[in-house]
Amino acid sequence: MIALLAFYLFATLTIASAIAVIFARNPVHSVLWLILAFFNAAGLMLLVGAEFIAMLLVIVYVGAVAVLFLFVVMMLDIDFAQLRSGFSRNLPFGLIIALVLLGEIVVAVFAHKAGPMMAGHAIPDAQVPNIVALGTLLYSRYLFAFELAGLILLVAMIGAIVLTHRRRGDTRTPRASRQLRRRPDDALKLTDPGVGEGMKL
Amino acid sequence: MIGLGAYLTVAAIVFTIGVLGIFLNRRNVILMLMAIELILLAVNINLVAFSAYLGDLTGQVLAMFVLTVAAAEAAIGLAILVIFFRRRGTIAVDAADRMRG
Repeated sequence: MIALLAFYLFATLTIASAIAVIFARNPVHSVLWLILAFFNAAGLMLLVGAEFIAMLLVIVYVGAVAVLFLFVVMMLDIDFAQLRSGFSRNLPFGLIIALVLLGEIVVAVFAHKAGPMMAGHAIPDAQVPNIVALGTLLYSRYLFAFELAGLILLVAMIGAIVLTHRRRGDTRTPRASRQLRRRPDDALKLTDPGVGEGMKL
Repeated sequence: MIGLGAYLTVAAIVFTIGVLGIFLNRRNVILMLMAIELILLAVNINLVAFSAYLGDLTGQVLAMFVLTVAAAEAAIGLAILVIFFRRRGTIAVDAADRMRG
């Protein structure tokens, strides 16, 4: 009963905040609605026992992706009202397409019959936590795919840095090659001045 | 208990909202990226629902990979957006006509 109630709560809030994402006038509000949608989707996933994915959704999406969006939206100085100009013109056509798409998907959902299980990594019983089972699978059978996922993230990180990095002309940075090329004999001289003659500088 | 159909319906609705978002905000790249995130979220809900329904962990593994790709896509997309804004001073999609495509 509680689970049913929770499902309807999470589902309604997910859909409502998803709608608010695309209809909000202010993009900052859009990002905040997106965060709410992610939280409620994480709740939906908790209900079917996918705890690790739910936590990952909160950590990765809310903690990283949504904050990145918020950062960019606030950093760029954009006239968003002007960008909404085609909104009402596209609305009827877009709604028709969306309704047709939704109808098709729902028909397909209720017409399908699940086939036999192919891979057969059965979810273990309740003694083993979800994260342990998932980790065992990730580090054994899907190890290469997992490493590849890490590589994709590395490429994305380097790509983002390379794309947005810019060299500014008005900063004074030390020239590392010149500093490294410098030897002690260029910089310092040992002298042995006689008594009373003093140093020549 | 909640059936598979309910989950798939929620995912279908979220997916459709994402597609609608791309249609409606044809000029605002940030909102288009957010709509893509919504679409990928719907895919994740689908994968997790099927994983629970079939009693198979592979769906959750795949959901994790989708999450990875979504994070990478957001990072690269926003980086491209930032340099686009630096050059043109706007993020309207129609302004991206340098290559006369």
